[in-house]
Amino acid sequence: MTMPATVAELVRTFKANGRIVIVGASLAGLRAAEALREEGFHGSLTIIGDEPYEPYDRPPLSKQVLKGWVPADHTKLPRLRELDAQWRLGVAATGLDRATRQVRLADGEQVPYDRLLIATGTRARQWPNRTEAALEGVYTLRSRDDAARLQQALVARPARVLIIGAGFIGSEMASVCRELDIPVTVAERGSAPLVGALGGVIGKIATEMQRDHGVDLRCGVGVSSLEGDAGGHVRRARLSDGSTVEADVVVASLGSIRNVEWLEGSGLAAGFWGVGCDAGGRAFDINGVVTDTVYVAGDVARAPHVLYEYQFLAMEHWDNAVFGAEIAAHNMVNLEPDYYPHLLLPGFWSGQFGVNIKSVGVPPFGDEIVFTQGSVKERRFAAAYGRRGRIVAAVTFDHGRWLEYYARLIEQSAPFPPPPPGWDRPDDMNPIPADFPEPGVPTAIPDVVLTGHDPNERRAEFRPRRR
Amino acid sequence: MAEETAWQQALRKASRANPYPFYEELRKTPVARQPDGSYVVSTYRELVQLLHDPRVSSDPRKRPGAIPGADPLEANIIEMDPPEHDVDRRRMTRHFGPPERPHMIADLEPKIRRIFAGLLDDMKGKTRIDVVDEFAFPGPVTVICKVLGVPLESIPRFHGWIETALDGLDFGPEASDPEQQRRLAAVPAAVVEMRQFLADLFDQYRKQPGPGMLSGMAHDNGPEGRLPQESLVNNAMLMLFAGHETTVNLIAHSVLSLLRHPDQLEKLRRRPELIVPGVEELLRFESSVQLWHSRSALEDIEIAGTTIPAGSTIFLCYGSANRDPERFENPDKLDLERPNNEHVGYSQGIHYCFGAPLARLEVQTAVSEFFRRVENPRLVEDPPPYRHNQIFRGPRHLWVDIDGIRD
Repeated sequence: MTMPATVAELVRTFKANGRIVIVGASLAGLRAAEALREEGFHGSLTIIGDEPYEPYDRPPLSKQVLKGWVPADHTKLPRLRELDAQWRLGVAATGLDRATRQVRLADGEQVPYDRLLIATGTRARQWPNRTEAALEGVYTLRSRDDAARLQQALVARPARVLIIGAGFIGSEMASVCRELDIPVTVAERGSAPLVGALGGVIGKIATEMQRDHGVDLRCGVGVSSLEGDAGGHVRRARLSDGSTVEADVVVASLGSIRNVEWLEGSGLAAGFWGVGCDAGGRAFDINGVVTDTVYVAGDVARAPHVLYEYQFLAMEHWDNAVFGAEIAAHNMVNLEPDYYPHLLLPGFWSGQFGVNIKSVGVPPFGDEIVFTQGSVKERRFAAAYGRRGRIVAAVTFDHGRWLEYYARLIEQSAPFPPPPPGWDRPDDMNPIPADFPEPGVPTAIPDVVLTGHDPNERRAEFRPRRR
Repeated sequence: MAEETAWQQALRKASRANPYPFYEELRKTPVARQPDGSYVVSTYRELVQLLHDPRVSSDPRKRPGAIPGADPLEANIIEMDPPEHDVDRRRMTRHFGPPERPHMIADLEPKIRRIFAGLLDDMKGKTRIDVVDEFAFPGPVTVICKVLGVPLESIPRFHGWIETALDGLDFGPEASDPEQQRRLAAVPAAVVEMRQFLADLFDQYRKQPGPGMLSGMAHDNGPEGRLPQESLVNNAMLMLFAGHETTVNLIAHSVLSLLRHPDQLEKLRRRPELIVPGVEELLRFESSVQLWHSRSALEDIEIAGTTIPAGSTIFLCYGSANRDPERFENPDKLDLERPNNEHVGYSQGIHYCFGAPLARLEVQTAVSEFFRRVENPRLVEDPPPYRHNQIFRGPRHLWVDIDGIRD
């Protein structure tokens, strides 16, 4: 047999008889499973998830669910096709043995695989003080159960909600509180809301938005401690500036932690920023050698990106989960030269204080910003981020229909600032510093991060201050 | 006389039934300068790029040498730029869809079903029908009257004015023919009458509120206030004609295309759920809005190896972009299951058709019911006679022989 015929035969045999295991039963895991079947994979397919629920959609949790429009258990993801898979829900994966190709489960079972997809995503960072975190009325928001509990707490009309951290989720929750006419304080260690993701210029606008809607926003302060009453219910927070906030609901919105602990000892390039993989989703081992059997997709993946100097990019975005899963699935059941690259331009959306915020590209990669369309005063505008004379990202406030224009400019590495529009020009169209926090300044970590060139990034570490 | 360009040939009346060979020629130059200095964009990629470019204006009044009032359709949202466009569009859509009216279209479904069922009932006992006059036209025009709150009795009157206005419009080499000049001369009077008709209707609704969008818009107390009288009339005119002409053409073309492709019709009969992706494909295949004429460059725009100079008129040829082989595999093949069918039949960007959900529901209902109930439909004349208008391209009549109407 010629080589191409051999490869074709290998692919055919694998599609018929291979064993694929997907660890992670959320958006990326589900879409990968569907894509595998769509690719003609007829072998055995096992999906492992630590939550007891079938895959559900997370974006509504901090919006429609919290508002009480949609019950938390009505967020199940639509199925795109029949799956014929074995679901192992409610049991976490606890280990990976690449030598024997087995995934170890919390109940002691070993699940063998020929190809493995890691889609374990992230979890909410808990309030670091365990005793305080255990107080009644202290919440985080990541899962369906979290959302259901927090929504119940809001229905009970607390006297005040304290949100710690003004990233996207924290800001969305503050917006919901104001819509429900619940008093809310937001404490943010950085200089402004959204500053890590969008920089200080946009952060200033986000600050005004929050204050205009009656949020008691306090920036540049941390929360030092939480205090409970005799019944073990949270009542008060002490802030780093010495002030206190009386609140009976506290939500820690401190960003996310990548679920990689179960990979300890597996020899994969797994660390703080996730699991390093190539642009086709194939995982790297700790030496930077790409594996043939282990793939990564979704929030937990970090892969080099052609548009950003081939730095490893970690994206906690919905479309990254969907498209990354589809690419990984394709590559899992194919061989060179039929591999596809995952060349997604990062993008996200958020709804808060009546404004639809959307972005493309990697804003923190830029150091300058220019308003390109609309009116900042009316909070409907488009702005572009630049670095060394080329456009690298854009953000829109109630101007999402223009995003495609900026996406094309970013894909082409077009000059920055972009040419002025023919109408609806902002008052000031001069580029100014985008004002991102210096590395090391404590603030929310943006949900799209360039994490350097090292496939086995282990240097960055989160060390909560011990008192 | 210089040889005609592919664009000019495509615009000739004789090309109306099949402009596609000329489009194929046209696409060899994605952005093609015409003898009159306008630019025609015929390829998918370039057309989409310009739809999203904020240096392109939709407002003919911004062109150098524009004569105020020359265009009977001006000063509606389709011919405006931000920020005014955005405000006016919101003042209209809040009476049509989410977030303010999330159930409006879904709630119309039973009514739409009844309307098309009634039209099919009326064909009982006939052996030959005109799909345009007996089905594709009366259905959508009734629906848009209900949606807007325009009395059904006025259909013959405004239909006449719209026909006159659309017949008068010509962007091709035949525009200077004496007959076409006569048609053009009749346009202003028809537009004046239509304006008066709508202005009277608004006056009536201001005194006595009624159902439908027009009354809602006349009494609007939304966050951005009410459209001024002039804009109310201009945009009512737009919704009234764009709200059915395009749907009429799509229903007629869908029947025609499916009768021309028995394999696809057979597939649809076996799997009725294919009507949903099917209508998208039918719209890609025969686009109800073939071209748009009102855009222009406000700055020099470099695209596809050429520069469109500031001030130039830009024609966007949706009908050609939807048949671009660079974007759609085998574009001249009708495939109801076509994957990734991101056609531009409803445009893209800020002027994306806000009536699209209504059009989809109407055409899905009409075409499904037609082929479910009409027994053994056969084309009498292929190609059928076409209407004059180049933008809203569609058959004037579509004669079909039938064996009967099922219940």
